[in-house]
Amino acid sequence: MSAALDEARPAPGAARPLVRLRDLHVTFATRDRTVHAVNGVDLDLAAGEVLCILGESGSGKSVTMRALMRLLPRFARITGGIEVAGRDVTAMSERELADFRGGEVAMIFQEPMTALDPVFTIGRQIAETVQRHEGVSRQAAEARALELLELVQIPSARRRLAAYPHELSGGLRQRAMIAVALACKPKLLLADEPTAALDATVQIQVLLLLRELQRELGMGVIFVTHDLGVAGEIADRVAVMYAGRVVEEGPVAALMAGPLHPYPQGLLGATVHAGMRGRRLTTIPGAPPLLDVVPAGCAFHPRCPHAEDACLAAVPAMRSPSPGRRARCLRVPDGDVS
Amino acid sequence: MSLPQPAPDRGGPAQPLLALEGLVKHFPLKGGLFGRTRAVVRAVDGVSFTVAKGETLGIVGESGCGKSTTARLLMRLMEPDAGSMIFDGEPVGENEQAGGVSLRDYRRQVQMVFQDSYASLNPRLPIEESIAFGPRVHGLPAGEAVQRARELLGAVGLAPESFARRYPHELSGGQRQRVNIARALALRPRLVILDEPVSALDKSVEAQVLNLLVDLKEGFGLTYVFISHDLNVVQYISDRVLVMYLGEVAEMGPVGAIYDRPAHPYTQALLASRPSMDPARRRTKPPLTGDPPNPVNPPSGCRFRTRCPHAEEVCAARKPNMAALGEGHVAACHMADPASGHSKAGSALEAVA
Ligand SMILES: Nc1ncnc2c1ncn2[C@@H]1O[C@H](COP(=O)(O)OP(=O)(O)OP(=O)(O)O)[C@@H](O)[C@H]1O
Ligand SMILES: Nc1ncnc2c1ncn2[C@@H]1O[C@H](COP(=O)(O)OP(=O)(O)O)[C@@H](O)[C@H]1O
Ligand code: SF4
Ligand SMILES: [Mg+2]
Ligand SMILES: [Mg+2]
Repeated sequence: MSAALDEARPAPGAARPLVRLRDLHVTFATRDRTVHAVNGVDLDLAAGEVLCILGESGSGKSVTMRALMRLLPRFARITGGIEVAGRDVTAMSERELADFRGGEVAMIFQEPMTALDPVFTIGRQIAETVQRHEGVSRQAAEARALELLELVQIPSARRRLAAYPHELSGGLRQRAMIAVALACKPKLLLADEPTAALDATVQIQVLLLLRELQRELGMGVIFVTHDLGVAGEIADRVAVMYAGRVVEEGPVAALMAGPLHPYPQGLLGATVHAGMRGRRLTTIPGAPPLLDVVPAGCAFHPRCPHAEDACLAAVPAMRSPSPGRRARCLRVPDGDVS
Repeated sequence: MSLPQPAPDRGGPAQPLLALEGLVKHFPLKGGLFGRTRAVVRAVDGVSFTVAKGETLGIVGESGCGKSTTARLLMRLMEPDAGSMIFDGEPVGENEQAGGVSLRDYRRQVQMVFQDSYASLNPRLPIEESIAFGPRVHGLPAGEAVQRARELLGAVGLAPESFARRYPHELSGGQRQRVNIARALALRPRLVILDEPVSALDKSVEAQVLNLLVDLKEGFGLTYVFISHDLNVVQYISDRVLVMYLGEVAEMGPVGAIYDRPAHPYTQALLASRPSMDPARRRTKPPLTGDPPNPVNPPSGCRFRTRCPHAEEVCAARKPNMAALGEGHVAACHMADPASGHSKAGSALEAVA
C-alpha cells in the first residue's frame, strides 16, 4: 500500500469523537431551591476509549451521564451541545430517544435492581430488549440471551436464564445487568459506579470483565467512580470534576503520577494507600461549595492552598501544558497552544 | 471538670481491656407454613479475640461476614447465644458482688460510632443537645452537660459558636460524623467501636476524620475497635488486624505480619484484590472467582474451601485449627498447621513468596 494513501487517512486522534459535550449546563430549579449541578462541561470520548470521571459526591458526575441520555427530570434545565455518534441528542424526539437508549447507548448502575425488573426472569429481560431494538424473532432473541450470559461469564448460564434477579448473588446480578446493557451491542456504555457496592474480591472480577468486554466489543465507556484505584485499573483517560466543572483531564498514568490542578493533587494526597502508616494524612480543608449559586471564579478557591485574588475574578480557562493534558488552573502554564 | 473521669484502669497494662471467647450469634430465618424456624444465619460463629489497652484492632472482611454483628455484640446491643466477655478482668453483665461489671457500667465505658451518620442523632434536636443527652441520662445537670457538649464539639473541630445549635440535616456527612464521634466521647468511654466510620465519606473528608480519630485516641487515651471493608484504611489505622470470613476468624495478627506475610489464602486474595492506582500494574486475572457463599449454609470444614485454590480433602473434612505463626500471628488454615495432613502443610508462608 502506498504511503500517500496512508497519509490521507485521518489520524486516530482526529477522528470524529463518539461523544462530544460542549458547554453543558444543568440546573435543577424547584420552589425551595436551585441547584447548579453542571456548570460548563466540555468532554470528548473517542470510539473504543475508556474515560473515568472522578470526583466527590455532588460534583455532577451522575447528572452529566444522565444528560448524555437525556434521562433527567422534566424540570431540569439543560443547555449546551450533546452529540453521540454524530447525532444531536438535544434534538431527539421521545421516540428517537427510546431507540437510542438501550440501543446505541446503554447504562449500568451501582444498584442492579434499578435496572432489572424483579418480576421477569433474566433471560426474558434480555430477550425483550433484543426484540424491541432489533426486531428479531423470539427464538433468535432467546439464543442471544444465552450468548450474552455466557459473554459476561455467568456460570451455568443456561440454568440462570430462568432465574429471577433476587435469586442471584450480588456479583451475578451485576453481571446480569451488564448482559442486559450489552444486549444491543451499544457503541457507548455509561457506567455509574457499577462496582462501588461490591466486595473487594468481587469488584476486581467485575472490573476485569468490563475491561475485557470493552476491548472485545470496541465500545466507548464513560465510567464514573470515587475511587482512584478503580480509575487506575480501567481508564485510558481521566476527567476530574469539581462543583460541576471538569478541572483536569488527561491520560490516566500521567494524571495519577502528577496531577496539575490543586484539587486532584489534594485528593491524591488524601487517599489512604499502602505505606502511609504512621504518617499524618494530608487533607483538603473545608467542604465543596453548595451549588445554590454558580460558583464564582475557580470553585476550588476557598479550599486551595495557592489561591489568590485572580482565581476569584473569572473561571480559569482550560490550559494545556503538554499534549493531551489540560487543567483549569491559573498556575498551570499554557504551553501546548496548538 | 464536671463529668466523671473515665473509669480507672483495674487490671494494669498487661490485662487486655476486652477478651472474648467463643462468641456466637445465630439469627433464625422464619419461613415455611407455620413460621417455624427453618434455618439460621450463622452471623458470628465462635469468634475469640482480645483487645489490648491503648491499641487499635482493625476488623476486615466482606459484607455479610459478621463484622457489624460482632460490633453489636461488643456493645451488648444484643445478647450473644454463647461465649464470654471479660472487660478489664471482669465478666460483663455478671453480679457486681462477685466481681463482674454491670451492663450499665459497661455501656458507659464502651461507645460506638456507626457508618450511617444520621443513625444515632435525633433529627429534631440541635446537635449540642444530642451530645449532652448521654451525660444527662447518667446524672449530669443539664447546664454542665451542654457545657461538656460544646467542649467536645471544639475537640472534634466544629466551632461551637457556629455549630452547636445546628440540626443534623444542616451538616455535611463529614461534619455529622464528627458530631457522632463527639457524642460517643461524651461519657468518657475507654473503648470506642467504630463500625465503618469513614465508609460513607468522600476521600478528602475521610482523611480529615482519620486524622481526628488518631488525635482523639491520643488525647483521651482511648482504645479502638475499627471495622472497615477498606483494606488500605485498616492498614493505616490499626496496630493489629483480624480478618473475618463467614462468621469466623480467618487470620489475626500484627498489622505488618498480616499485610506483608498473610498466611491464609483468603487474606492473600483479599489483599491481591485491591485495585492499583498505578495503571502499569494492572492485573489480568482476578485472585478469586465467584461470590462469598451464604452464611445460612456454610461449607463444611474450612469455610473458605469452596473458593480456595489450595483446597484438599482435609479442608472439607475438618475445620482447621488456629495455627500460631509467632508474635501473635494466627491463621485458621490447614496449610499453616504442620500436623494437619494437608500436602502443603507448614508451607503457608512460602506460598505467598
Ligand atoms: N433530580 C434532581 N433534583 C434536584 N437536584 C439534583 C437532582 N439530581 C441531582 N441533583 C443535584 O445535583 C448535584 C450533582 O449531583 P450528581 O448526582 O451528579 O452528583 P455525583 O457527582 O454523581 O455524586 P455521587 O458521587 O454522590 O453520586 C447535587 O447537588 C445533587 O443534589
Ligand atoms: N437482625 C438480623 N436478623 C437476621 N439476619 C441478620 C441480622 N443482622 C445481620 N444478619 C445477617 O448476619 C450476617 C452478618 O451480617 P453483618 O454482621 O451485618 O455483616 P457485615 O457487617 O460484616 O457486613 C449477614 O448474613 C446478615 O444478613
Ligand atoms: S484450610 Fe484448606 S481450604 Fe481452607 S484456606 Fe487452608 S488450604 Fe484453603
Ligand atoms: Mg452519582
Ligand atoms: Mg456492616
